[in-house]
Amino acid sequence: MRSITKEFPGVKALSDVNLVVKAGEIHAICGENGAGKSTLMKVLSGVYPHGTYDGSIVYQGQEVRFSDIRASEHAGIVIIHQELALVPGMSITENIFLGNEPRRNGAIDWKAANRQALDLMARVGLSEDPDTLIKDIGVGKQQLVEIAKAFAKDVKLLILDEPTAALNENDSQHLLDLLRGFKERGITSIMISHKLNEIEAIADSITILRDGKTIETLDVTAGGVDEDRIVRGMVGRELESRFPDHTPKIGETFFEVKNWWVRHPISAERMVCKGSNFHVRRGEIVGFAGLMGAGRTELAMSVFGRSYGVFLGGEIYKDGKRIELKSVADAIDHGLAYVSEDRKAIGLNLLDDIKTSMVAAKLSKVSTNGVIDSVKEYKAAEGYRKSLRVKAPTVDEGVTKLSGGNQQKVVLAKWMFTDPDLLILDEPTRGIDVGAKYEIYGIIQRLAEQGKGVIVISSELPELIGLCDRIYTVFEGQITGDIPRSEADPENLMKQMTSTKKLAAR
Amino acid sequence: MSRFKDLQKNLFGGTTSNARQFGMIFTLVGIVLLFQIWTNGLTLSSTNLIIMVQQYSYILILAIGMLMVIVAGHIDLSVGSIAAFVGIIVAKVMADYDLPWPLAILVGLAIGVIVGAWQGFWVAYVGVPAFIVTLAGMLLFRGGNQYIGNADTVPVPQGFRQIGAGFLPEVGPATGYNNLTLLLGLAACVAVVLRELKLRKTRTEMDAENAPMWVSAIRVGILVAAIIFVTLRFAGGRIGTSFPISGIILAVLVLAYSFITRNTAGGRHIYAVGGNARAAELSGVKLQRVNFMVMMNMSILAALAGMIFVARSAASGPQDGLSWELDAIAACFIGGAAVSGGLGTISGAIVGGLVMAVLNNGLQLKGVGSDMVQIIKGLVLLLAVALDVYNKAQGRFSIIGTLTRSFRGGGTPASPEPTQQSGREPVKTPVA
Repeated sequence: MRSITKEFPGVKALSDVNLVVKAGEIHAICGENGAGKSTLMKVLSGVYPHGTYDGSIVYQGQEVRFSDIRASEHAGIVIIHQELALVPGMSITENIFLGNEPRRNGAIDWKAANRQALDLMARVGLSEDPDTLIKDIGVGKQQLVEIAKAFAKDVKLLILDEPTAALNENDSQHLLDLLRGFKERGITSIMISHKLNEIEAIADSITILRDGKTIETLDVTAGGVDEDRIVRGMVGRELESRFPDHTPKIGETFFEVKNWWVRHPISAERMVCKGSNFHVRRGEIVGFAGLMGAGRTELAMSVFGRSYGVFLGGEIYKDGKRIELKSVADAIDHGLAYVSEDRKAIGLNLLDDIKTSMVAAKLSKVSTNGVIDSVKEYKAAEGYRKSLRVKAPTVDEGVTKLSGGNQQKVVLAKWMFTDPDLLILDEPTRGIDVGAKYEIYGIIQRLAEQGKGVIVISSELPELIGLCDRIYTVFEGQITGDIPRSEADPENLMKQMTSTKKLAAR
Repeated sequence: MSRFKDLQKNLFGGTTSNARQFGMIFTLVGIVLLFQIWTNGLTLSSTNLIIMVQQYSYILILAIGMLMVIVAGHIDLSVGSIAAFVGIIVAKVMADYDLPWPLAILVGLAIGVIVGAWQGFWVAYVGVPAFIVTLAGMLLFRGGNQYIGNADTVPVPQGFRQIGAGFLPEVGPATGYNNLTLLLGLAACVAVVLRELKLRKTRTEMDAENAPMWVSAIRVGILVAAIIFVTLRFAGGRIGTSFPISGIILAVLVLAYSFITRNTAGGRHIYAVGGNARAAELSGVKLQRVNFMVMMNMSILAALAGMIFVARSAASGPQDGLSWELDAIAACFIGGAAVSGGLGTISGAIVGGLVMAVLNNGLQLKGVGSDMVQIIKGLVLLLAVALDVYNKAQGRFSIIGTLTRSFRGGGTPASPEPTQQSGREPVKTPVA
């Protein structure tokens, strides 16, 4: 790709970007959020057709001009977006061949489709009944279906946008192995990722983007490239530490959940919390480690005003007193806050502006007798915009216009505004770039220093180990370990995260 | 160029994101002027204005409730039938039991509450989509109207007719105008000025930059001029006519509901539920209660609209309220509400309703047949929304908005309400 420039109204997303990918290599693209990685890939894959950008794309020695995604797919370039493009209510086979159905006499030849689907699934290492519906398999397997779909289109250049963002360690590992396998078969891959350890492990070369410009292209095979080196390129400066300095000031236990039982909202047999016990002390940052589907989010949400599943039993104590949290409103009134894992789907109203979002969870604080005082609202929001350094000119800006990191700050502000004693943060740094992560860690630590309890749910073990004072491991709805900071290392955690041993009640 | 933009923004309070509503105001003014010229001044004559208010006030009342239903992400197809159902019961209780008309109005509103509770229950607590519940309601209450009224027409007494056909009485010295209407106009002018001052004060308190005083002056000036013009028209009609009672009811409702949707926590919750129901729920919004209240509120307003209509036509009949729901829904969408919920304002819906009303009225004045009127109305609805969809897809804001940039300091709608909207964001621009 030669000197690609792409402008949106008012924003220059890419300026003069060059990208050289050799055939048969795995090429990683790194950069902070908003650096232009996704835009560049959309240009390459024809999402932004020829003519809407400047510069040229040379593919297999020829200049190409894609008018749409179909044109690029025809040439063997397939992009897999961060948000998977699968139809939940359709089977694996149906999804693999969606828009590309094998036909015989005008009708879909399902026999052939199923046969080919099995073949494609074998190539990506997916062993499922091809008639299984997409909604019944996990995110990791869905990702594999997406890749199988790409193979069905005879892919030569595979573009993956944050393929492992939603995957747990095992699934991620499997995916990376798969990419290596593709390389051996001559398929070129371009991968966008924030997980630098993965990039370091798998990429042959790395192109770093910053502010819509190419910064450098690193050759990993030549050696000398490590995570710090990549980070330096991404942020343009040396990052001394991934975590800000913080001295924990831990007080006494103030929040306790005992013998917590919750079942799945639809299937009556599936227990998502099996007699869980945990506690949080003042000023303590407590981590919840577990594999995808272990039940961490479910546990947190069920505690937060029974907002997930069917409550079967259990007790919550706060400051020694038993409390009942029957609704989200109860939970908020008792000083709980839950920052959801998927901020776009359930954390924010994307139609709102910043100030409306920030006060949404506690309107009573800016209103008298139900009438909102717009001055109070504005001032409260403005205060958070400044103290959390949300990058937006004013609090009247729509939240859709913000980057992931800034949206996450808005969500944090929304819950800080409720004056909580206990904050539950579910994957607080997912899809957020390195610089913003550092800031978010700082905010979490400051909250703890104010004497609040913080629960952090995360799939990134280094993050939990670096941030938390104590880590619970969760496996299949049970809390299997309670590990203090001093004993927390990845091996130890992983062992507990995959063990069925139930932690004895305190 | 940016000065023009600033001026546009300052004058009309909203941001560029209000392009659609902003554009609709100009469209409305344009249509009014077009018909005014085309009908040789008949459109803005006293008699015609009064007729228009009487004829469309109930549709606009429905549009208020419908806007809230649509913002919450639902739809209500039953409003016409509910209006007819309430109308016949009210007419019956007055005819058969000699119930005094003020009590009959209360009975009508009470039936609105009961009907609303019925529909709200299914929508909010059972989770049946509002489309289905109200489709059922449409049949149910239309049948109810015909069952109770025996498909006959039932006349209503004189006192009751006031709410639909009445006017402000003549009081005070003979000025050649209706004095109460003049007072009302004066009050509206004062309100506009006070509102502007309050807005400026609020912005100062927010430490935000205030528009220059002359901008405020122009804005207030335009509004006051429009109000004075309209006031004199209404006050200076045939003796015995003035600003209609139904218009006053409408104005009060518009002001009250604008306030509720914009400035109260309850109103905020409606937008939150429509924008992202799960996020709202996780922020402590009681989803079921909001849905229930919104559906209930719609039915009460439908009951009121039905009674006003019956009062105006002096009798309740089996064909009352036919396809009102469609007019109310169209008004909301023309006025900028989103089909997917979460977006829209009361004032936008009113402007949308007025566009339809003026169009209807003007074409009728020109003697255009109802066949053509329907065709034109259908096209207007389609075009208004298509334009918006197209521009959303293009990631820029509406053509109407762009065109109107050159019309600096145009006009305002012929309604006594200031038409400023809080800055909501109807355009989702793709940002890298």
